[in-house]
Amino acid sequence: MTIDGQRCKGCDLCVVACPTDVLLLQPKEVNDRGYHYAFAANPEACIGCAACATVCPDACIEVYRVVDRGE
Amino acid sequence: MTREEIIRPENKVYARPELLTDNVTHYCPGCSHGVVHKIIAELLAEMNVADKTIGIAPVGCAVFAYNYIDVDWIEAAHGRAPAVATAASRLNPDSLVFTYQGDGDLSAIGTAETIHACNRGENIAIIFINNAIYGMTGGQMAPTTLLGMKTATTPYGRTAELNGYPLAITNLLAQLDGTCYVTRQAVHTAAAVRKTKAAIKKAFQNSMAKKGTSVIEIVSTCNSGWKMTPAQSNDWMAEHMFEKYPLGDLKNE
Ligand code: SF4
Ligand code: SF4
Repeated sequence: MTIDGQRCKGCDLCVVACPTDVLLLQPKEVNDRGYHYAFAANPEACIGCAACATVCPDACIEVYRVVDRGE
Repeated sequence: MTREEIIRPENKVYARPELLTDNVTHYCPGCSHGVVHKIIAELLAEMNVADKTIGIAPVGCAVFAYNYIDVDWIEAAHGRAPAVATAASRLNPDSLVFTYQGDGDLSAIGTAETIHACNRGENIAIIFINNAIYGMTGGQMAPTTLLGMKTATTPYGRTAELNGYPLAITNLLAQLDGTCYVTRQAVHTAAAVRKTKAAIKKAFQNSMAKKGTSVIEIVSTCNSGWKMTPAQSNDWMAEHMFEKYPLGDLKNE
């Protein structure tokens, strides 16, 4: 998944929605509008479920998924 | 597989809807409005009806909805969206006409317009955002405010003696012969968002099929007005709001 950090308002809803604890809000850094924006702190754990993107009120998140068929 | 190999256009499963404009919304962080705007933008594109859609914007926080979803809009006077929608849909019978209203707009100042449009069975969809408060003006009590709920005008909590009872207007609308589909949904979890999307889709289909008026209430949060974080607001809503405003279909004909 990717996050548009400039559009993000740091509401934390994606962080709460993620079932695998991928996301966090920046603890110190802020975007141009002064929000502690969300980022993928633990990207390896992402399962591409799109829960974060679905609940994001500002449509900042896009999700990419590949199916690993073990080939 | 590396992150770069996954983040490619062919692997995209969730994109920002194209009908959303690039404007950053004026809504507070975590506001339910953004999620509902996103659902509408997705549906209008998926149903391929953006060209013939007319949205009627309310007075309230969503007054600028026309800045965010790239379809035709008319801004109505406070509470009068269903009356304007009546005209828009009668004069443009091939259009998909929907109103987007808050609880102050729909269930206080616009009660007469709401009830009569639904009773006439106008072929419109009414999207009703109920956050139990007047958000835009600073969190005053609305007809939908819960008993005991503290607002700017009920600092000790709403009481039935002084302020009357919370109004579940959607239940009234379900009694009217003109409504074909009346449902109450929420957008606090990914699963709830998907259900709301299905409900709004059905409402839009009903309007296009001229089946009558569809009403989709979306029980929502106003974290600024409620003085909580967005995540706390969602929990508070699930705990308190759903008791008075239970989710589910009230009418489905
Ligand atoms: S796509 Fe699912 S797993 Fe990945 S960050 Fe979003 S919510 Fe978490
Ligand atoms: S839900 Fe959206 S706006 Fe809120 S913190 Fe996450 S990315 Fe930012």
